[in-house]
Amino acid sequence: MKNIVRLFGLFLLLALAVSACAPATPAPTEPAATEPQATEPPATEPPATEPPAPTEPPAAEPFRVAVVMPSAINDLAFSQSMYDALLRVQEEMGGPDAFELVYSESMFVVDDAAAAIRDYASQGFNLVIAHGSQYGSSVQEIAPDFPETSFAWGTTVDTFGLPNVFAYEAASQEGGYVNGALAATLSTSKVIGVVGPIETGDAKLYVDGFKAGAEATNPDVQVNVNYIGSFSDVALASEAATTHISAGADVLTGTAQMVVGAIGKAEEADVLWFGTQSNQTSLAPSIVVASQVYHWEGILNEMIAKIQAGTLGGESFVITLANGGEVVEFNPDSTVVADVQALADETIQGIIDGTIEITLPSP
Amino acid sequence: MISDLFSVTVLIGILASGIRLATPYLYAAIGETFGQRSGVLNLGVEGQMLLGAFAAFYVALTTGNLWLGVLAAMIVGAVMGLAMAYVTVNLHAQQGISGIGFYLFGLGMSDLLFQKLLGTVETVKGFPKIHIPGLSDIPGIGEIFFSQNLLVYIAYLLVPLAWFVLNKTTLGLKIRSVGENPEAADSLGVSVARIRYLTIILGGTLSGIAGASLSIALLNVFQQNMTSGLGFIAVALVYFGAWRPLGVLGGALLFSMINSLQLWIQVLGIPIPSDIAVMMPYVLTILVLVASVSRVRAPSALTKPFEREA
Repeated sequence: MKNIVRLFGLFLLLALAVSACAPATPAPTEPAATEPQATEPPATEPPATEPPAPTEPPAAEPFRVAVVMPSAINDLAFSQSMYDALLRVQEEMGGPDAFELVYSESMFVVDDAAAAIRDYASQGFNLVIAHGSQYGSSVQEIAPDFPETSFAWGTTVDTFGLPNVFAYEAASQEGGYVNGALAATLSTSKVIGVVGPIETGDAKLYVDGFKAGAEATNPDVQVNVNYIGSFSDVALASEAATTHISAGADVLTGTAQMVVGAIGKAEEADVLWFGTQSNQTSLAPSIVVASQVYHWEGILNEMIAKIQAGTLGGESFVITLANGGEVVEFNPDSTVVADVQALADETIQGIIDGTIEITLPSP
Repeated sequence: MISDLFSVTVLIGILASGIRLATPYLYAAIGETFGQRSGVLNLGVEGQMLLGAFAAFYVALTTGNLWLGVLAAMIVGAVMGLAMAYVTVNLHAQQGISGIGFYLFGLGMSDLLFQKLLGTVETVKGFPKIHIPGLSDIPGIGEIFFSQNLLVYIAYLLVPLAWFVLNKTTLGLKIRSVGENPEAADSLGVSVARIRYLTIILGGTLSGIAGASLSIALLNVFQQNMTSGLGFIAVALVYFGAWRPLGVLGGALLFSMINSLQLWIQVLGIPIPSDIAVMMPYVLTILVLVASVSRVRAPSALTKPFEREA
């Protein structure tokens, strides 16, 4: 009987090891030899009681960044936007020798994410990014234990008043407004469908902005919104899209990583799609018109500059159309882009110079 | 706006999408019904579905053959079932815990393979909708019942088939007796181990197809953790359906219809907060479970390992 228990325990461990293995892989661009211990954060290690390595590296040492993300780095949405931005920063700063990057992806269990955040902090990373508003309380708890490490979390504006926490947010209502304006112009049925995840954070901002843009452009357009209550339920997202199409929608949009299911249905029914967070053109080249893409590198560079100058936190950043953190990227193969390009440019300019004011419903 | 809910378009929409949404539940829950009727609770359904979904997607993408994809999902599910059977039947491991282990294995493994072999979300051309000649032209009904993809039809044909096997065949009798009283079955010469192996492998195979029905028929994409708890709901539906294929069908349809109803409620702008709307299917499931708990009885040997007395 003991043998059996042992065998079973072994098996369970194996299963856990395999399941842990996917979330914590080193960035492909990083040579594995430079920081072997970073690739496999030991989840059980107690917090270091002695202060971690000093954060002011001599010029020869790389700037070390660790990021914890709720979904996969290739989700074509929220997590990918941050990962791609970090790769671009890495390239600008001179590659892996100057900028070390490790990540933990698919950390949808907040406890696991908290363990990873603590591990990275105790390993002396210069900047630990908790890329998900659900990680806020973990950051609030962990950051005071590592006063020499800088933390960044988003999307939010709340730094908890801690001197070593940066907050960042996307003004996703701006790109949403642009997408909405274009969608209202392109819709012939005057019905537009929105597939949302949970009514919160940047998803809500995007959806509200989209609605405002569509209604401001054409008051006769009806925007139907559907929150499916999940960031991962691809099947329900797909059924939500089908529901919109049955209700007469001929233009759809949606936000968060589960929309891949919705895009498939939109393509089947040949209705137009507007994307956000990452460029979603590759998923359905025939129907995607434009995507609002997050470029976090601008604010990441600002944070890094501040850290190198000795300021470890206490500020919040917002990416907007004006500061280049949000870019509306068009599908070069879309046949309808030409019809709305002028309107898009005009709307973007209007938001940047303040002539267009986006009024969001009060929460 | 409430009255909009009773228009023909909406009713057809609710029924048609309810029938689609119920498909993966049916495969997984019918498979789980066989396992539980023989006395084995398999909580690894979700993991088997995920690996099945990935295998089907990957094979369909690389070979262009959807049936090879389904076959791959069946093999992967069956192998997972075989391992589960070995652990629970031969090693007498606690069923609930080993099921969770298999779930985590399937979750991690499918993610790992996805990262290594695909790297990004891609789409595949899945099973097309099949319009049954004549029947699909009937207004309303045609769209609901006779314009679905092949895996949807097979799922519904599986229900009477499972009912027949469980209730009208010797094999079904053996399965039920092993689940109710393994000692008695054993003394009559029925191999408890062999029957349980059979049902768990069958369950795994069907869970694999459940995954395939998502990745190459209903959604035509693979994304990490795309089943998002569906497999666990399938296990709950077996309890809900009182271990009977027809009950499982009823539960799967009810749950899915309420889910598509709540999608329509939001689309029609009926002023119910979205958080409340998405709760509806779950709340209703709990209510029905509570109401039915007194009249049904689980297979007596469910979760109990069988050890022949020396």
